[in-house]
Amino acid sequence: MDRLPAAAAMPRVQVRGLAVEAGGRQVLQGLSFDVQPGEVLAVIGASGCGKSTLLRHLVGLQRPVAGSVLVDGEDLHAGDAARQAARRRRFGVMFQAGALWSSMSLGQNLMLPLQLFTTLDADECARRARFKLALVGLDGAFDLAPAALSGGMRKRAALARALALDPTLLFLDEPGAGLDPLNTARLDELVRNLRHHLGTTVVMVTHEIASIFSVADRALFLDDQAMTMTALGPPQDLLHSGPPAVRAFLQRETAA
Amino acid sequence: MHAALHSPATTAAPPQAAWVHGAAGWQLQLAGAWGPLPGAAQPGSARAGDAAPGAATPGGAAPPPWPAPPEGLGPLTPVGFDALDLQAWDSGLAARLWALCAALAQQGVPVALDGLPPGLRAALQLAQASAGAPAPAPRPAARQAPSQAAITVAFFGEVLLALGRWLGGRSRLRAADVLQQLDETGPRALPIVLLTCGLVGLMLAYMGGAQLGRIGAQTYLADVVAVGMVRELAGLMTAVILAGRVGAAFAAQLATMQAGEEIDALRVLGVDPITHLVLPRLLALLLMAPALMACGALAGVAAGWPPAVLAYGVSSAEYWHQALRALNFTHLWIGLFKGMLYVALVALAGCREGLHAGRSAQAVGQATTAAVVKALVWVVVAATGTTMVFTNLGF
Repeated sequence: MDRLPAAAAMPRVQVRGLAVEAGGRQVLQGLSFDVQPGEVLAVIGASGCGKSTLLRHLVGLQRPVAGSVLVDGEDLHAGDAARQAARRRRFGVMFQAGALWSSMSLGQNLMLPLQLFTTLDADECARRARFKLALVGLDGAFDLAPAALSGGMRKRAALARALALDPTLLFLDEPGAGLDPLNTARLDELVRNLRHHLGTTVVMVTHEIASIFSVADRALFLDDQAMTMTALGPPQDLLHSGPPAVRAFLQRETAA
Repeated sequence: MHAALHSPATTAAPPQAAWVHGAAGWQLQLAGAWGPLPGAAQPGSARAGDAAPGAATPGGAAPPPWPAPPEGLGPLTPVGFDALDLQAWDSGLAARLWALCAALAQQGVPVALDGLPPGLRAALQLAQASAGAPAPAPRPAARQAPSQAAITVAFFGEVLLALGRWLGGRSRLRAADVLQQLDETGPRALPIVLLTCGLVGLMLAYMGGAQLGRIGAQTYLADVVAVGMVRELAGLMTAVILAGRVGAAFAAQLATMQAGEEIDALRVLGVDPITHLVLPRLLALLLMAPALMACGALAGVAAGWPPAVLAYGVSSAEYWHQALRALNFTHLWIGLFKGMLYVALVALAGCREGLHAGRSAQAVGQATTAAVVKALVWVVVAATGTTMVFTNLGF
């Protein structure tokens, strides 16, 4: 595997003293971490500890009550609406339930960002969309409506859409949940490939222990009791020398 | 997906692609810098982080025309790639190569990917890995899907059965459900029912006055307004308002529940969705309808008073006296019956569309539209039918 780029490079994502609220309730506080260029960071923790809400903060859908999130050194909420929107287009986001637009076919779902934000012609858009679908193993599903897909296919299609604009920073919310082992492995392979060959930076919320060990460079453990992050490091190190709660989390699932 | 292969010091050459025939057979020669997306603000570079973040750097050059593969390729003429001068590639190039490989594979032409840079090769191999997996083909329908009319008839039947079970004491409605629906449907619809019925009464008075005045029978103006409102129009206008206000809301609520598998969750609990969801809504509307119609009819008759007195010279006492005399018991119960029928149709149209909606955001919108349209058509058809029947029966 490639070595991580020198620490001198500016982190893609900087989180400083972030407090996270969900439904008017404080769920996390005092989060500070960086995501380095070209790294795969897994966000792990028990259900309900605020992983998905943290992700919503990282992509700027929710405004932090305290602290800040910087992407490429810029606050997500700085500047006017157009500037914020341009900043958001630099990263791809895959939502937990897919969030495919139900009135469009899969192909149109993938082509919409290209049509809106590039000058590519229709053929080129369609070719890129087909290729991205093939990357996630949905070759030939171009004309299907999202409603006609199984849950796992919807997930993969959502990842393909997140890749539509060739982002160099990807946020994935539980990419492996609801997929069969083969397709989970395939997604892991895709993420590894993106990171390895293209230097894509990936932040993924995940429960799949196998995925954590196979693709993540570092894992961030969120503890719902302590309401903050309690460990950050390479998964193997956490497994052997992390805090007890983290070791239990990682071991129980490896044992299962 | 954009990778630079050489140091950024070399100036980016325009992208090029051409087929050349060499010692190793046909090769596709790729050169220059492909991508990034033309017209798009370039994403902050992950490699170097050199570009000022957020600065909209101009996109890359438009890709060149893609050369057609040479004629006469076959299983015995393997093709390869020469990418020594390729400076950068993006997913556009990868997509073109992927399409090319698929086309060549169909002709049985062996393709060697060795000449490509490792990242591009890996992306192509990953995309090709799915080629073996069969495309999710639309499966042939096992049997004909039931028609819309059949669904409607079946739904009406289910509602009647559920109603029978409830009346027979074999199922229970939760009073809280009915009360909640009453609160949501009734009081807030009252102002708009009063307004529309009042305006219809006013209109009726003008039209009736103009026609009756020609034969000097203005005295009967009150009959026209009172009988018209009570027997036909109060129910009709109430139903039209409820179709837009309440029927549409029923359809949207139930369709959203359907999309979120909430109705399936009721079914697996053994709870009949018709009893649990449709009956409370139906009963709430039926309970609320007489009150709304009575208010609407009153508003209509009252609104007929000013034109009668001011424009057609009917005295005030005469108007009220005549209105009360015209309203016999038959008109009242026919009006009540028709209004209840219309409102039941509105509730059923809303619930039918909601329960049989698809499972997407778009389906919720379609169900809502269909509920309103169906309710209006059914109500007008029922109005015509009942009017003809009652008139021919001599009521």
